[in-house]
Amino acid sequence: MSKTLFDKIWEKHIVKTIDGGPSVLYIDRHFIHEVTSPQAFTGLNKRGIKVFRPAQTIATADHNVPTLNQHLPIKEELSRLQVEALKKNCAQHGVELYGLGHPFQGIVHVIGPELGITQPGMTIVCGDSHTSTHGAFGSIAFGIGTSEVEMVLATQCLLQSKPKLMRINVDGVLNKGVVSKDIVLYILSKITASGATGYAVEFAGSAIRSLSMEARMTICNMSIEMGGRCGLIAPDETTFNYIKGRAFAPKDAAWDESMAYWKSLYSDNDAVFDKEYHFKAEDIEPMITYGTNPGMGIGISEKIPTTETINENDKSGLSKSLTYMGLQQGSNIKGQKIDYVFIGSCTNSRIEDLRMVASFVKGKKKANDVEVWVVPGSKQVEAQAIAEGIDKIFEEAGFMLRQPGCSACLGMNEDKIPAGKYCISTSNRNFEGRQGAGARTLLASPLTAAAAAITGVVTDVRELLN
Amino acid sequence: MKAITTINSRFVPVNVENIDTDQIIPARFLKATTKEGFGKNLFRDWRYENDDETKPKKDFPLNQPAYSGEILVAGKNFGCGSSREHAAWAILDAGFRVVVSSFFADIFKNNALNNGVLPVQVSDAFLHKIFAQDSNTELTVDLEKQRITINATNEQEHFDINSYKKTCLLNGYDDIDFLLSIKEDIQKFETLTT
Ligand code: SF4
Repeated sequence: MSKTLFDKIWEKHIVKTIDGGPSVLYIDRHFIHEVTSPQAFTGLNKRGIKVFRPAQTIATADHNVPTLNQHLPIKEELSRLQVEALKKNCAQHGVELYGLGHPFQGIVHVIGPELGITQPGMTIVCGDSHTSTHGAFGSIAFGIGTSEVEMVLATQCLLQSKPKLMRINVDGVLNKGVVSKDIVLYILSKITASGATGYAVEFAGSAIRSLSMEARMTICNMSIEMGGRCGLIAPDETTFNYIKGRAFAPKDAAWDESMAYWKSLYSDNDAVFDKEYHFKAEDIEPMITYGTNPGMGIGISEKIPTTETINENDKSGLSKSLTYMGLQQGSNIKGQKIDYVFIGSCTNSRIEDLRMVASFVKGKKKANDVEVWVVPGSKQVEAQAIAEGIDKIFEEAGFMLRQPGCSACLGMNEDKIPAGKYCISTSNRNFEGRQGAGARTLLASPLTAAAAAITGVVTDVRELLN
Repeated sequence: MKAITTINSRFVPVNVENIDTDQIIPARFLKATTKEGFGKNLFRDWRYENDDETKPKKDFPLNQPAYSGEILVAGKNFGCGSSREHAAWAILDAGFRVVVSSFFADIFKNNALNNGVLPVQVSDAFLHKIFAQDSNTELTVDLEKQRITINATNEQEHFDINSYKKTCLLNGYDDIDFLLSIKEDIQKFETLTT
């Protein structure tokens, strides 16, 4: 019988199925961080049990960490306590921690792939919704809550019901100035922020195949913003070449064995999906959001929708959103004044993102009244950027290169956008207050964000590309 | 986990769609290392002027004495956004045992069930009927029969719940108890696949 990519991985990881209930799913890799793990460890300690498979658990500190002066103790007391609790819990349970000061530290969804821990055909979970990022390698990867973190720590398993399956095909060639972030914002604007709820989403088609691994991660990262349980892309030569030689990638005979499995991971030709969408790459222009959920996006040359033109799903929320955002129905988004630019987060903080921004801003200067933060996704990304001289380009442009962490993506550390200010951000969520109470977030690609940094207003990057 | 059988109570309506977890519990309150005490920050930024507890926003239902009870009723697509279980803890800690909506985000639904909070998914039409009731109306949620009733009008609707989760909730068991009980199967699975 023909199978989808998802089916193939799922079936291989079922320990048992409960009558009329969920399945017991075996988890290959478990990432943890300081915010969603402390209560799980407390739970284990209360039950008097140890982490069942510590070697399959990897920890880092990312959500709370400062992005300046990381060598100093964390000033904010509660953040410091969480980071310390993680350290203590990892030591007690024998879990490897890439904490502050470690050369592998970084945003959990950036370090897994760059270290070669994330591999095709795996089941991967983390107490963080953007775990969907790892699906770019052809794995089943999804976010879980803290009770589930405790389950995985205790048993390396989870109880899960099989989601429905959706395939989103994007075919064709991308226009100039359009990158993977625009693809995913475009899909979101079409299917809305709840369009994939209950589904595992496979991304396919020639436009997806043509993307680099890092660009694919940006797409899978935001599959959760459509409500998807996870997003995945079948592995191919691009995937294998990316993994080869990384710190925890299989080597020698183990590599050949892995490759044999990895090459079997694709949806069979006549595999059936519960729902399928087709989009054309040529229809996509640089995208930007105007509202307070990631589905509220438009092409940069389009006007903000009105109650008459908006899709049914966002109708009731439109005026509330626009009041919060201080924007008008039916007006242009282009030309909107910007106060902050945030280039970072697990969506767009990898070395390719920084390279893309650097090659665009080289020789240009930021607008005077704009503050620009570039926050690399990991220590390794930071080191690479410095080795390539990207730090110098940023310095000359007036962009501030900070140290790795989640930063202004969710404003848990001191990197917050002040109330009422506009921030064009490469992150994944524009919810009310996400970047700080009252902050106004416009989601866009690194290129579009960089263009706004230079002009000080929302800009069509294509006009600045030659 | 505390068992649920039947809840008969008034309800608190928050008639907004797409309520995301950042609204349920803003990120700045996620720094605790225990599960308790989140209730007072539930819907924090909708509840207070300028984050000031002495200035409650009068029009927000949680601040109106007319509304109370163990049932929270919210617009479609409740709990979207992050995986933070703190959202479920905050709802439980604020005294709610049931959330009614016409659509729930996946991760939130799991998190709620894992903490003894029952998500009751009803039709849009039924949800609107609840929102149209006055603040004294009581609802009855009967988990055994999988039925929600508006007591004043006796209108009812059936709701779905996975039968395994239902047994867990009725008895107050959690998934970890179950998984720990099948550890031998898990070990056997590991030796077979490696
Ligand atoms: S960068 Fe943002 S979205 Fe990604 S893990 Fe950190 S907080 Fe979550």
